[in-house]
Order: sequence, then structure tokens, then C-alpha cells
Amino acid sequence: MGEFQVHRVRFFAYVPAGIRCVAHSPRSARLALARTDGALEVYNFAANYFQEKGIPGHETRSTEALCWTAGDRLFGAGLGGDISEYDLEKLRVKYSLDGFGGPIWSMAADPSGTQLAVGCEDGSVKLFQVLPDKIQFERSLDRQKGRVMSLSWHPSGTRIAVGSIDLLRVFDVKSGHAIQRILVDRRLQGLYSRECVVWSVAFLSNGTIVSSDSVGKVQFWDSEKGTLLETHPVSSSAVLCLAVSEEEDSIVVGTSEGAVYQFQLLPVKWGSAESKWVRTKPFQHHTHDVRAVAHSATALISGGLDAQLVIRPLMEKVHGKGYDAALRKFTFPHRRLVSCAKKAGLLLFQFPQHLELWRLGATNSAGKDGDILPVSRAPEHLLQLKSKGPEHICCSCISLCGSWIAYSTASRLHLHRVHLENGSVSVKRVSKVPKLLCSAHQLLCSADSTSLFVASDQGAVHVLKLLEPGGCGHLQTLRPNSGSTEAVYLLAASADGDWLAAAGGDWEINVYSLRHFKPHCTVPAYNCAVTALAIHPVTNNLVITHSDQQVFEFSIPDREYTTWSRKVQQHGLHKGWLERDMPITHIAFNPKQPTHILLHDTHMFCILDKSLPLPDDATPLMNQTSLKQLSEKARRGHAHAFKICKKYQGLGQ
Amino acid sequence: MVAQQPLRVVRCGGSKLSGARAAFSADAKYLLCASGDYVKVYSTATEECVHILQGHTNLVTGIQLNPQNHMQLYSCSLDGTIKLWDFTDGILIKTFVVGYKLFAFYTLAGSEDSVFVIIPKKNEDSLDSFQLVSVKLPKTPDQEVEAKELSLILDDIGQSPKCTAFGREGEYVASVRGLHLLVYFFKKKKVNRFPLSATSRKGANNYFTCVACHPKEDCIASGHKDGKIRLWRNFNHKREYTFSTLHWHHDVVMDLAFSVEGTSLLSGGVESVLVQWRDGSDCKKEFLPRLGSTIEHISASPDGTFYCTSHTENKITIINSNLSVSAVIQGLVKGSDVKTGLVVDPRTKALVLNGKPGHLQFYCLQTDKQLYNLDIVQQEYIHQIGLNQVDLVKVAFSAQGSWLATVEQREEKETELELQMKLWNYDEQTQSFTLNTRINNPHEDHVTALCFRDTDELEDGTPTLVTAGNDGRFKVWVLVDDSDSEKRSMGWSCDFVGSYHNYPATNCCFSEDGSLLAVSFEETVTVWNSDTWDLICTFCHPPGRIQNLCFGRLSCSKYLLGTTDNGFLCCWNLLSCALEWSAQLNVMVLQPDPLSENIAAVSRLSEGSDLFVFKPNEPRPFCIQRNVCRERVQWAVFIPKDVPESIGSEKHQWLSRSQLYFLTETQDLLTFSTKSTEERLTPSSKQLAVEESLPMTPFYLLLGKHRHQQRSKENADLGTAVVQSHLAQDSPAIKELLHTPAHVLPSASFLCSIFINSMLISKENKSAGEVVDEVEMDSEKAEDESDEDLELTEMEQDINPTEFLGEITQTKLSKSQEKQLRKIRRMDYSWVAAL
Repeated sequence: MGEFQVHRVRFFAYVPAGIRCVAHSPRSARLALARTDGALEVYNFAANYFQEKGIPGHETRSTEALCWTAGDRLFGAGLGGDISEYDLEKLRVKYSLDGFGGPIWSMAADPSGTQLAVGCEDGSVKLFQVLPDKIQFERSLDRQKGRVMSLSWHPSGTRIAVGSIDLLRVFDVKSGHAIQRILVDRRLQGLYSRECVVWSVAFLSNGTIVSSDSVGKVQFWDSEKGTLLETHPVSSSAVLCLAVSEEEDSIVVGTSEGAVYQFQLLPVKWGSAESKWVRTKPFQHHTHDVRAVAHSATALISGGLDAQLVIRPLMEKVHGKGYDAALRKFTFPHRRLVSCAKKAGLLLFQFPQHLELWRLGATNSAGKDGDILPVSRAPEHLLQLKSKGPEHICCSCISLCGSWIAYSTASRLHLHRVHLENGSVSVKRVSKVPKLLCSAHQLLCSADSTSLFVASDQGAVHVLKLLEPGGCGHLQTLRPNSGSTEAVYLLAASADGDWLAAAGGDWEINVYSLRHFKPHCTVPAYNCAVTALAIHPVTNNLVITHSDQQVFEFSIPDREYTTWSRKVQQHGLHKGWLERDMPITHIAFNPKQPTHILLHDTHMFCILDKSLPLPDDATPLMNQTSLKQLSEKARRGHAHAFKICKKYQGLGQ
Repeated sequence: MVAQQPLRVVRCGGSKLSGARAAFSADAKYLLCASGDYVKVYSTATEECVHILQGHTNLVTGIQLNPQNHMQLYSCSLDGTIKLWDFTDGILIKTFVVGYKLFAFYTLAGSEDSVFVIIPKKNEDSLDSFQLVSVKLPKTPDQEVEAKELSLILDDIGQSPKCTAFGREGEYVASVRGLHLLVYFFKKKKVNRFPLSATSRKGANNYFTCVACHPKEDCIASGHKDGKIRLWRNFNHKREYTFSTLHWHHDVVMDLAFSVEGTSLLSGGVESVLVQWRDGSDCKKEFLPRLGSTIEHISASPDGTFYCTSHTENKITIINSNLSVSAVIQGLVKGSDVKTGLVVDPRTKALVLNGKPGHLQFYCLQTDKQLYNLDIVQQEYIHQIGLNQVDLVKVAFSAQGSWLATVEQREEKETELELQMKLWNYDEQTQSFTLNTRINNPHEDHVTALCFRDTDELEDGTPTLVTAGNDGRFKVWVLVDDSDSEKRSMGWSCDFVGSYHNYPATNCCFSEDGSLLAVSFEETVTVWNSDTWDLICTFCHPPGRIQNLCFGRLSCSKYLLGTTDNGFLCCWNLLSCALEWSAQLNVMVLQPDPLSENIAAVSRLSEGSDLFVFKPNEPRPFCIQRNVCRERVQWAVFIPKDVPESIGSEKHQWLSRSQLYFLTETQDLLTFSTKSTEERLTPSSKQLAVEESLPMTPFYLLLGKHRHQQRSKENADLGTAVVQSHLAQDSPAIKELLHTPAHVLPSASFLCSIFINSMLISKENKSAGEVVDEVEMDSEKAEDESDEDLELTEMEQDINPTEFLGEITQTKLSKSQEKQLRKIRRMDYSWVAAL
């Protein structure tokens, strides 16, 4: 008899949306990413490329351009013609302003961060002034024919290069006149195309303009004379995006064939000032169009319509093996999309615009370790719950008994009572949800299904009383002592209903006592993003994983780290464990084995056995297959705390 | 020459032209290439060999122009010497003895007195361990100098010259080996090592094969086993180096070369396509396809007009910079296996053997040049590993060379054999062979031998061909006239099929007069009457499979000789039908001389091959040459000489009328020579004019033409004045003086008087005064101009002491007087005559 029964859930057909644009802010080391469904994500490079924030999508919002100003303000503009600023603390759109120029194709902030230039469908380039709490239309540059596909500021802020159809223009910002008009060749190696869309431009500080176009070439122009300097045929299809490194010695371009190329400015001879652009590294990580690229100091970042965010480190810029040296491919969000009603055997799947409720399959036979058991009852799709309105669902949860479903969009919290009676399912919406809850960033039901915890802005957690047969009332609001402004995005409740842990955007973890509805303690600050939280059902130890792959165990009753956690910190984690490229997204416990902690990320599943010794760097981290070949006695000698399984086929073994 | 000269085995041309990268002279008029132990100088315009630089005693491995003097050439060889040549005159200037086997040679423009060579690692016999060292060339006037001052540059590198290249202005040297690129920087004395992973997930094979450096930029191009070319940049940084990849070749990149300015990169490989990459870009590439065979080396001329590729089939193609073939220098094509053996074309006396796949080459040994190629198989050759091609296996000429029989076969599996025999007629009009008859499957099994009956001199005799096959038959083919009223046509058809107990027929040959045919079946030799095709007699002793069979010639035509595989050479008397004599000799090759009774036999002992020359009527050989070569001799042939040579030694008389050539297992064509080394090494008498070697640049053409026109105009004006200069040029003394290289001339003081004498105009030619007068008259205008110049100088000289001034004014006075005089002279006094 195996230790676990493993359900193979193959019916969660979640399709992530394609990536439309990215914006990299070198100052805050963050990357903003907009998907085709309007969702926005913010990745923190310092926190090991963890997806720190997410703003759910919107049916009518399609973001074509993103830009950061002054390091931390994020603006987006799209084909709806609106320019919006995102509130990254409250995780929603702060305000929107109509650009009055038709669909907006491109947007860029000037180097000082005080102005936004917006390229519109009607051929105008509009300047907006960035004020502390809003943006204001300032003026329009001379309107020309043809939509403005791309624009780029000169680092001095006096010129703007604009890419249009078949044309490149240079505008003088002060006068607003076009001072240069450059025709871009429609031809590449004898092949004519109907038109040449300049998909992307970049204005370098030495006056060179780099353009990439739909014909498949990357060209370098002299903006003063309007002459062509260099042409690099890159692809037989369009080159959709380009990005320049901060030192302006490297360019990354993405093509519609899924390939990403790097151009480097290399000296022709050592010691001479003459240098030229050379196409060096090709990468093919995407299967579809690469719509967005970014160039950080140590990595090339590309996002494509295949929904992958690929972070390819530049090996010459990173030192030693570590977090930075790993190639990362993010396809799925670093958030929980599945919630499980353990007692009822139900799974709730969260999609952008609906929820699905499934009953797990069952078996009535037992087998040996590793056996595939026959399914007596197939998994069953019980319910599909469509959200109303154009807003997408940002979080959802199901109570452990399976009788309550809660989900939230950007503006509303929805609560449903589910009745499961011998096969028939009925859902009743709870109509009177307290109005003070404007939005929720995370939802959690208590173990006994009597209360619902709603993570909210400014570090607050609202506690709602769930009332039978179908009602609710606001019970309490828990606020941290520190007065944090960031939203809470992770919650964990203890099984006995006494404790609640909440992690916010500033990585502070507060533990509240649910008996007294007041803060109990704060976990000592750790300078990295929290990726998962869980409270042990027996010992009430809080297990925390961070994006730098550290694992902590914090005893809530004692308000201190446990001895095991101290031992782990003293000994240090295995190198192989630290160099993994994905964050732990979920923590669970084995009720039969209190020393076991179950962890998983996108690629692996791990049982952390606290009773076993920690591995040294010399011993292999993944030793499960080699251990299997050893005798029982030798196996015990070689076993260590991390039992990792990458093949989910044999997870139960 | 009275003294007995030893018989020496020499390489006789046909050696590999593609052993090392060829080099162009500075003006791209000459192409220099290493060929065996020699360096050959070819004219790029005419494809003719101008000089052969002989002197090395082992394979020449590298040649390079002397960067200090582009009229000189360095060559290095496995014999451990570096030689400096004057290649325009074919003279050896200096020999530097290094003392190690030299595998590659490099010079740099920057370092005057040192060159770079690749030598095997000291005290190590391991075959794959080499080092790059710089050799200081001592400056001494001696002809032969020891150069022992070596300093190590790079250790543990590849042996091939292609694996090491020197960078821009000699700043660095790059070398590749296995999966590593090593770059040594001379200034910083630092080595950077760049590794590649052996394979990637996509099935790349990253092993390096060759390297080239950009002449103007810091860029290294490397070729790889999977056909990729990488362009490395920024390699002075240990970490921030970068490379871009060019990929067109599907198989190994054999060689890379940059053009002189570095604007284009040339690459070649097994596809036999020269690829030109412009600006190091993957998109801008041009091709020159169908170059015949695998490209082994590529080089570019220093003036940028030509590229040249050397190919595995012993060919050098000279290519214009616009990628069109300009000239082809074809050496003896050496395949992996010469199946046809060595055959002599009776018409041209050329050596005939397998050439390119499916072709027959006619190679003239006197001029060391391929005469032509005959396409026998007439099918497109497709290069692909594992593809079974049609192979040409047997060739025979009729006695006068008017008929050629060829057999080609293709063996897909053991049981499937495709055989085809073709008979070619020599067409006097087109001067080539035309296909007359094609016979599919002449035998059921492999054809083992074929021979013509020498009946061409007989009027009545019809051309007859005999083929012997492994199927136990020999077949007689005759030419029959099957022309009808409309068409005259002649064709070959089978006349007789003979067999002997169904043993496989292994050899066949006709007697000299064509009356008898001998066919060997396994261990038995049968003799047949060629008129009636009756079996006359058989010989079968001593037992042993017959390997070679031939009749004696001239006075010994009554003898039949055969060799067996158990080591016997037998001679049967055809009159008595008995074994005349036999000798225990493990004969590999038995070859009769067509012009004499002599028969050459090459035997093989445990190691080394021995040559025996004998007459069939005497069992004792009159010439024994031990250990002619280490390898097994595959084929031998006597080639008649155009002019019989007089050879003093009695013993070597057999070489007077025809020359014996033999081909070893390693495809070396060797011959015998009685001449001493010195004689062979006398420099050729051909002389090249000095002015010829000035480069003919477009600039020169433009300006030079103009100047030439001017000069000729002047000459026309000057009229008789030209005589003077002509005079000087015509003088043999001056000619000699100007056309002889300076280093072989006697001292200048000695030559001075001769030179001056030659400049003088002899009195009887013309009255000297008259000539001078006229010269002055016509060049007056020029003088006027120079007067102005003179005045200018006077102004400057005004500060000078007065005594000088006086002198000058004097001359000036005389000048003005002269002018006046001239004016008077020019006046038309014709009216005087009218009076």
C-alpha cells in the first residue's frame, strides 16, 4: 500500500494569454508585462524574477504599450485609445484618460520621466505631462499621415524618433516639427513586400536610430543626415520588437518566427574608437511571434504570443553559477489557480472569466506502491460559474467542505453557496455581500468553513462570517501594526482556527490571533519575496518559502524560528536546491507524518523530511532514482531531507 | 659519366598539388604551390608550370612569400629545413636548418628576422602533440645556416596548417584543436582559451576544423565539423567574447580564407562549392558550385584579383574575384584506388588510369600535365556517403590506339552486379574517343582481364578483343560490319566463347604476333590458336594460382611467363611445350617492355619491394634493385621514351628506350633515374624579365597607357634619337646586367667598365654630332621649361657666396647665347637655295 493516492488531474485546461508588451525599469529592477487579455504582471528581478504583482485583465482593455516613469509609476495605453496609470499598491487601474487620437500604438516616457509621448492611429504624437497624481495633455507634435507604430526619445529629451508605415520621422520636441523624414525600403534581397511597417525604433544617444520592420531587417540610421548606416537582414518575416541595453552596446530583437537575436556593438580593432554592430547570438525559445523584448543588465527578456516569458541570461555578464545564470521560462502565473475542498474531494479551477468545479475520481481497489489503480468513478465536471461583466477574476477559493465558493473581480466579491445532494448540484448566490470590500487580492476559507478571509489593500484582512443557509456578515478587519500600504497577497490559516498568517507586497508576514482578532506577532523581516505560506495543522508552525528558495519554519506560539529552521540556516541549503529557477508555489503537510513538508513548483514536487539529515553540496540533490537501486540498509544511509520527484508519473512512490 | 651511377628511385611528378595552401605572387601573375618535394611555380594566365623549385628532400608542408621581399618565397618541409627561394628565377637563395620536422610555416610582416613553424613536441613520440614555435633566422651570408634559436609560442596545438592563423598585423595568433580555440596575444603574452561543448541538443558537432583571421579587424573565423562557421569577436576578453554563426555547409568546413581587405570570407568543403560570405553576414552569400571535388585549401591573392582552391582530385582552380573560374591546373588525379592499372595510350604515349569518378585520365608524364579526361560512365557523380557509384575497373587499348575498351561495374550487393563494357573508337577529326559499342553484362561475373590482339599492322586482321571473366569463360569479340544501305555502322559482337572445366578465367594475353592467346584458369594456363580458337596446349605446373601472365617479346617470343600466388615465376617454352625454368619469387607485378625483350618483375618480401629485370631466355636477371620502396607496388608500366637516351652504364641499358613507372599502395607514382642529384637540380634555364614582374594594376593600365602613348609620340618626334636608347638596350652586356638577379652578379666595380663601354655609341654607326644636334633641337621646348626652374634655384642661391653666382651667370650667359644661336639656326634659309 502506497503512502498516498495520487490523482492525475488532466482536466484543468488553462490557457495563459499571450504576452503583448513588456517594460523594464532598470531603476527598480522590475519588469511590467501586459498580456493580450489585458492582464498586467510585475516581475521583480531582485527577488529572483518572482511575479510580485498581478492586475487581472479586462475584456475591453488591450494594452499596446507600457512604460515606467520615475522608476515606479507605470502607465499603459492601448487600442481603446485610453492612457491609464496602474496603482501597484492597490493592484488596479488608478485612472484612465482618453488620448483623443484614436487607438494608441506606442508610448514612451522621456528620460526625465516628466513627459509621456503617445503615438496614435491618426498619425499624431501627443505629449502628456506627468504630474504627481495624474497626467495632463500638454500638446501635439505636427500631425503627419500614417499611424505611429513606434516611438523613442533621444536620451537628451529633445528629439523623438517615430516609426510609421514605410517611414521614419524625427521630431524636434521643442518646436514640434518633423525635422527628418526617412523612407524605409520595402525590399529585402529582391523580395518586395506591400508595405513596410516600422514596428520598433530606438534612439541612441549618439544620434543613431535603430529600426526594425515588417520586411525583416534591422537598420541603423544617422538621424542628423537621415542616411542609412547599416542594414542587417534578420529574418524573412517581420522583426516585431527591439530593445537596447542601458550602456547602448547591445540590442535585442524579436521576430515573428519566434527567434530572438542579439546585436552587439563591438570594436573593429582593439583600442580604436571604430566599432560596428554585429549580430551575434540567435535564440529560439518561442514557438510563435515574439511581441516584446527587454534588455536588462544581465539578461535578454522576451515575451511571445505563446505566453512564455523567457529570461535568457548573458553568461558573460553574470558571475558564477547562481540564480542569474539559469535560463527561465515562465508560462504560468506564480499564483494559486486551483483550490481544493479536501473533505468533499472537489477542485475549483480559476479561469480568467469563469470557474470550474470538478469532483475527483475515486477508486475502490488498493494496490502496491507504484501501481496504477483502476478508476471506479471518473472525475466529473460539476459546475461552470461564469463571472458577469468585463472584469476578469483575480482570485477564488472553495471551502474545505465544498459548500462555499468565493471569487473576486477587481471591483466585486462574489460568494456562492453550493449544495451537493446525491449527484445534483445547485448554487445559490449570496446577495448581500458587505459593500466595504471593494476588492480582494486573495481569498481563504477557515478550516471549519465558518469564516472567509479576504486579503485587501493596505495590509488589511477582512474576516467574513459565513452564515447558513446562505448569508454572510462582516465580522472583523485585521490590520497590521506597522501600517503597511501594500496589498496582502498570501494567506494561511491554522487548522484549529486560532491563527491567520498574511503576507503583503512589502514581504512582511503578520500573524493574527483569530480568537482575539488582533495581531499576534510579525515574522522577522527577510529581504525576499514570499512565494508560499502554510501553517502546520499539528504544531502550528508557519512554513514560509521565499523566491530565493529559502525555507523557514516559524513557531507561532513561541514567536520564533524553530530549531530545525535555525539548523537549516546554519547548515545552508543544497546548491542544487538554491539554483532552481522556479519559485515554490504551494506548501502542504502530510497529516500522518508530522515531520514531512510537501513543496512544489512548476517542475518538481518535493517531500522535505525534517527528520533526515540535510544534504551537503557534494551529495547529489536528486537521488531518488539512485536510492531505489540500493538495498534497504544502504538506502537509509544515503537518504537526505529532500526527496524530489520531477516525473509526476511516479509521484506517489 | 664513366663512373657507375647508382639507380635511384625518384618521384616523377603527378604528386599532390593540394598538400598545402597555394600562394600567389604579389602581382598574382604566378601561383606557387607545394607539390611533393618540390614547389611549383605556375603562371596564372597560361596555367603553365614556369619553374620547379627543387631542393627539399621530403614533403613540402608550407610556402609563404617573404613579407620583406615579395620576389622571394619561403618554404618549409618535413626534412627540417626552411628554404628561401627567388621564385622568378627558380634559384635557391638560402637554407635554414631547423632540425625538426616542420609541419606548417607562417611569416609576419612585422617580425623581420623570425618566422613561425609547427614542430612536434620535444622528447615525445606521441603523434598528436605539436607546438608552435618562432624561429629566429640568423643573418649570415652563408648558403646554409643553422637556425636553432627557437622559442615556444603555443603548446599542444593541431598539426594542420589550417588550424593556426595569425591575426591582424601579427597582434595575435589563433589556433584550434578539438573543441578549443586558443588565442595568444603577442603584446600581452597572454593566452585566452575558449571552449565549446562537444554536441548540443540540436545535434551540432562543434569540433573545430580550421581557422582564419580577419586581416583588418579583430575577428576570427573558425570552421566546424558540422558545417558551421563561427565568427569570433571581442576575444581579448575572457568572458565577454562573442561569436555569430554562419551555416550553409552540410558537412565539414575544410578551409576558410578572408579576402585581402577582409570584406568577404570564403569557405569550402566536401560539397565542392565555394561560398563567399560578404560582410560576415548570413544573408549575403554567393556561390561558385560544381568545382569538381572536395575543396581542401583556399587562398586569396595579395592584390585581390584571384582566389584559388585546391581540391582532393589534385586540382587547383584559379578563380576570379567575381567568382568565375579563370584557370584550372590539373595534376594527376589520385583516387583511393587505381582499379584500371597503369596503361599507356599508344597514340600519345600518355599514362592512362582512373581519374575522377567514372572518368579516364590521360596524363602526360613528360610535361607532368593532364592531357584530357574521358568521361566513361557518363553519369552525374553525386557525393554521398554510402552511395555505391559505378566504377571503372578495366581499360585496354589496341596496339595503335584506335580502339579503347572499358569495363565499368557497380556492385550494390554481393549478388547484384551491374557490368557494362564499352568500346570506343578514336575519331581523327575530333581527336577524341567516341563510343562505338556498349555491351551490357559481357560476363555473368566480374571481368578479370581484357586485351586486344595486336593486328593493326596486318591488313586483313579484324580488330579482336578477348575478355576473361570469373564466370569461367573467356569471350572473343570482333568488329563486324553491320552496315546496311542507309547507314554505315560498325559494331562489336561476340565471336567465340571458350571455357576450361568451368574454372574462373583470371588472365588473358595475346602473343606478340597475335597468333596465340594464353588464358589462365585458376592454376592452369591454356594456349589457344587465335585463328580457329582451338585449344593447343595447357600448362599447369608448378601448382599455384596464376596471377600474372605475359608473352615474351621480339627474340623471346617463344616464351610464356606466368607467376603464381605461391611464389613462383615460371617460364614456359611454347615450342617444346615444357617448363623452361622457374624461380621462387613472390612476384606482385610482371610487366614486359613493349620495345625490348626485357621484362620487369616486382617482388614483395616481408618488407620492401624489389625489382628484377630479366630476359625470358635467361633465368638470371641482369638488373636487381633491392628495396625500391617500402610499400607494396600495385602497378607498373613501361612508357616508351620519345628520344632514346644514351646511358653509359651497361647495367642500366634497359632504361634507354623506355622508362619504368610504378605505382605504390599509397598512390605514389615513382620511377627510376640514373642521373645524379646535382644534375636533376640544375636550375632551369628559363629567365624571367624583371620588368614583367611589376604589377599590372588597373591604375597602371590607365596611367601607363597614357605614358606609353606619350612616349611613343615623343619617340616619333625624336626619330633618330631613339636609336641611342635602342642601342643601349640591344647590347647583350646591359641585358645581362639588368636581367640577372643582383645576388649572382659580380661586384659593381668589375661591371662598371663593361656597362660604361656598352653605353658608348660606336663611331661607325652614325655621326654622333648629328644625332646630338637633333636631339637638342627637338627637346628645346622642354629645356625652356627647365630654364625657369633654373632661375628659381638661382633666386635661392642668391645668398650664396659670389663665386658661385659668377659661375651661374656665366652659364646663363652661355645659355642665352645658345638660344640665340638656335634661333638663328631655326630660321628658314631655304630662300638661299632658291637663289
